[in-house]
Amino acid sequence: MSDTMTKSDNQSASRGRTWLHALTGQAGQYVSQSTSVMFADAPLGDTQARFIAVVPDLANRFPRARHGEVGLEQGWSLAGLLRRTIDEQAGDGGPLRPIVAIVDVAGQAYGRREELMGIHLACAAAVNAYADARLAGHPVIALIVGHAMSGAFLAHGYQANRIVALDAPEVLIHAMGQAAAARITRRTVEQLAELGSRIPPMSYNVRDYAKLGLLENLIEGVDADAPDGTAVERVLQVLADALASIRQDGRRDLSSRYASQQAHTTRAASIEVRKRLAEQW
Amino acid sequence: MNAPTDWRKFLARKSFIELDARERTKTILDAGSFREIVGPFDRLKSPWLPMQGIVAQADDGVVIARGTIDGQSAVVAAIESAYQGGSMGEVSGAKIAGALECALRDNEKGVPTRAVLLLETGGVRLQEANLGLAAIAEIHAAIIALRRHVPVVGVIGGMVGCFGGMSLAATLCSYLIVTRQTRLGMNGPEVIEQEAGIAEIDSSDKALIWSLIGGEQRSRVGMVDVLVEDDAVSIAEQVRAMFTRGVPAVHRAADLATYVARIASIDTSQQLTGVQLAALWGKGDSQ
Repeated sequence: MSDTMTKSDNQSASRGRTWLHALTGQAGQYVSQSTSVMFADAPLGDTQARFIAVVPDLANRFPRARHGEVGLEQGWSLAGLLRRTIDEQAGDGGPLRPIVAIVDVAGQAYGRREELMGIHLACAAAVNAYADARLAGHPVIALIVGHAMSGAFLAHGYQANRIVALDAPEVLIHAMGQAAAARITRRTVEQLAELGSRIPPMSYNVRDYAKLGLLENLIEGVDADAPDGTAVERVLQVLADALASIRQDGRRDLSSRYASQQAHTTRAASIEVRKRLAEQW
Repeated sequence: MNAPTDWRKFLARKSFIELDARERTKTILDAGSFREIVGPFDRLKSPWLPMQGIVAQADDGVVIARGTIDGQSAVVAAIESAYQGGSMGEVSGAKIAGALECALRDNEKGVPTRAVLLLETGGVRLQEANLGLAAIAEIHAAIIALRRHVPVVGVIGGMVGCFGGMSLAATLCSYLIVTRQTRLGMNGPEVIEQEAGIAEIDSSDKALIWSLIGGEQRSRVGMVDVLVEDDAVSIAEQVRAMFTRGVPAVHRAADLATYVARIASIDTSQQLTGVQLAALWGKGDSQ
């Protein structure tokens, strides 16, 4: 690992930055016009991959997007970076560069500026670009190392061919932050936690998320805040395995999310809906 | 938009907003072509709501209707906002994603099946949280894949509006048709007020909310394609007109040339009003 990365005043601790650094051995570079979307190119298996992270930026000019949220700048910057990644190899006929989305996103930015200027469109731009990369044949892998919340996860990670996650504290995947979800459903945080323990899709815990059949791999025994060399090797191996799996099935859609045993159990209704749609079409 | 109202036409109109989801799909499809699939008699309900003491509806709040539009094979997916706020759960989300996937398979086989989404939703159903969010990601994927073959047309009709992950789905459509009554945004005003405080946004100030994210404001700044009156006939005509236009050369969510520059040019030291943003980004026709 490089130790040349210096922390400037507008950076705060971030698993996105930590893992970008750890997996690539580089500090990473910012996308132009944004100091919260970073990337680095580094080896993965037998090839070079592009690793992308959204990181906190305490001095961001959008005050509601300073703590690792996906806001207007982040959404459009992700889209720009991904479209450049696609364009760089368009028509060259070679195997396309894998893309690894390192996911630690606190949520979408909640603010008036964001709504007025179309945060829905900015996040859709990122979704669109990730999906276009996947459809073009870039293997796309999401690696969840921290929070994967709601619209931010949709914009950064959920269009991947494969999703893998660390089994570690504060690896949380959900449609809404716990406090806000409690207020809106008129429950207490404790009640929400109790429901989550019985009803897997309600849970914030990554182990319950793994029961839904959406995860390709749950990586145990890794310190998410301070990964050592062994942890990095292990995660790189899981990413390389995911890459091999994407190449092997050759599919560019999200159908692998229905293939697992867990999916057949927990998402049986999703599978049944598709079966009946096909029958009655 | 500022043309004098044709009162006879106005009084003769049939409100789209007042129709339920099933009736809405019928107004979009060619007369007599409506055929509902995976309907209430299939009894595919939410497996998750009864565990939480909530009665599950037999269609999970989404209607999938097959039929034709201008004689072409079509599917219309409509969300029923009267059920659980039009929220997306596992089954309702799978119905929309799965219908779009079927339309994609048709197109890949050379049958140019058209797709229309009638959106009226607060976003993810929090009682099915992660499975709702996963289904929304699949809806996004399916819209983007299908839209390479045929336009996908979105309509946001009524008072619930379109929020959360489904606001991304709406804006991923090839064309988006909205009424003045509706709203399109990622975070509901109540959630923003809770998260950021009343100084950021006062969710009880309806005039403010519509001035920021209402259908007319979205039209002024080009974030939707057509602003229509609440009239089922006009909406059906506009849906047909969008298919006549064909697949757009650049979809809105891929239009970096326009929006990256727009965002970069904004002075974020102050809050802009909708009118101010329309003057900067729009055609200058705001009041």
